[in-house]
Amino acid sequence: MKISYYPGCTLKSKAANLEAAAVAALATLGIDVEEIDRWNCCGAVFSLTADDLIHQVGPVRNLVRAKEQGATQLVTLCSMCYNTLARANRIMRDDAVKRDTINRFMDEEIDYAGEVEVVHLLTFLEREVGWQKIREKVKVPLEGLRVAPYYGCTLQRPADVGIEPFGSFHLMTGLLEALGATVTPFAAADTCCGSYQVLNGEAGARSTAAVILDNAAASGAEALATSCPLCEYNLGKQQGRLLEAGQITTAVPTFYFTQLLAVALGVAPESCLFDLNSAASLDLLKTKNCLVAA
Amino acid sequence: MTLTITAQTISITSIEQLNELSGENVKLCMQCATCTGMCPMTAEMDLSPRTVMHLVQFGMLDRLGDSNTCWKCASCHACTVKCPRGIDIAKVMEALRQHVLRTNRNYIEPSALPAERIAELPQIALVAAFRKLTS
Repeated sequence: MKISYYPGCTLKSKAANLEAAAVAALATLGIDVEEIDRWNCCGAVFSLTADDLIHQVGPVRNLVRAKEQGATQLVTLCSMCYNTLARANRIMRDDAVKRDTINRFMDEEIDYAGEVEVVHLLTFLEREVGWQKIREKVKVPLEGLRVAPYYGCTLQRPADVGIEPFGSFHLMTGLLEALGATVTPFAAADTCCGSYQVLNGEAGARSTAAVILDNAAASGAEALATSCPLCEYNLGKQQGRLLEAGQITTAVPTFYFTQLLAVALGVAPESCLFDLNSAASLDLLKTKNCLVAA
Repeated sequence: MTLTITAQTISITSIEQLNELSGENVKLCMQCATCTGMCPMTAEMDLSPRTVMHLVQFGMLDRLGDSNTCWKCASCHACTVKCPRGIDIAKVMEALRQHVLRTNRNYIEPSALPAERIAELPQIALVAAFRKLTS
């Protein structure tokens, strides 16, 4: 099976681990990942003002690329890219006036009317592969690893593009259970990590992150699974600073869900680029014997 | 906060302008404060989201110009999904930001960011913050 894939900018540098682990894991499931040609930044955040169409051009152009290349679905990994592309896609599908304006503005492109479905990898895995097949393919079960599924904002909100309803976490739960992990639900699983506010007075974003990590630790989680590079930054890369400052007392190493999928499917840890996570992440997997023998 | 309705405290033009920018009807708000309860950033805000909605219902954009609330909003949509009146409050916050940003003003200054911070931050953090907080 071949899938059309939109990576987004962060997955080509700071979050290369999110992508590398996904590509390696999907290969073991017999799925080829085909990156769409000439993609551009999705804009990271959806433009919320009613009259602002120019910021829809970026995400729509990516959808046009996917349509040109014959894709019926476009798979994304990054939560923010997913949200921005899916919301722009809804405008093109449902709003005839805006669709017409955007199509006429982009007269060098083919017309687009929401023909491509934007799909997050978690949805794709459940729908097209299934938890049972993944369970059968697991080589290194994540036994004894207590993982909290963390969704943040953009996977679930707003409701019309959410991969599942607000307050429900069954997709990541289903995946983690299939991998043999112990799923640790926690109340702050859909609390915002502080997002881009990390650039606007870091203290606020850090205290929001501390609340989430504290809550995860108190629920018994040893690790946090996410699909968003900004969540991973606020909760993972900043975690050392939170511990040093005494804002949290227990470390909760963070992983991309694709990394946990890959190691469980027997992908070598080197292919999951754990050097881009905090050191504690790989250490935890070693301690728990969750890595394939070299 | 008690608001006295006079010709000076209510601006129909501002309300209409905000409704047009946001695509929402701010008059639907019944002041239940569910938005404030859901918001993860209230500790950083000088006015709660509920108070902002109240001021917005009077079109008091000048008063809101002094508030940091819309700038501390992380656009996480927690308020939006729980509003019992169906108002997309994240869109109202965006309209308040755009009301200022469209006068060619920045809330944060990208050039003031230290190089080591830029090197460390993921691209989506930079793009998102510049989209939301600069003109």
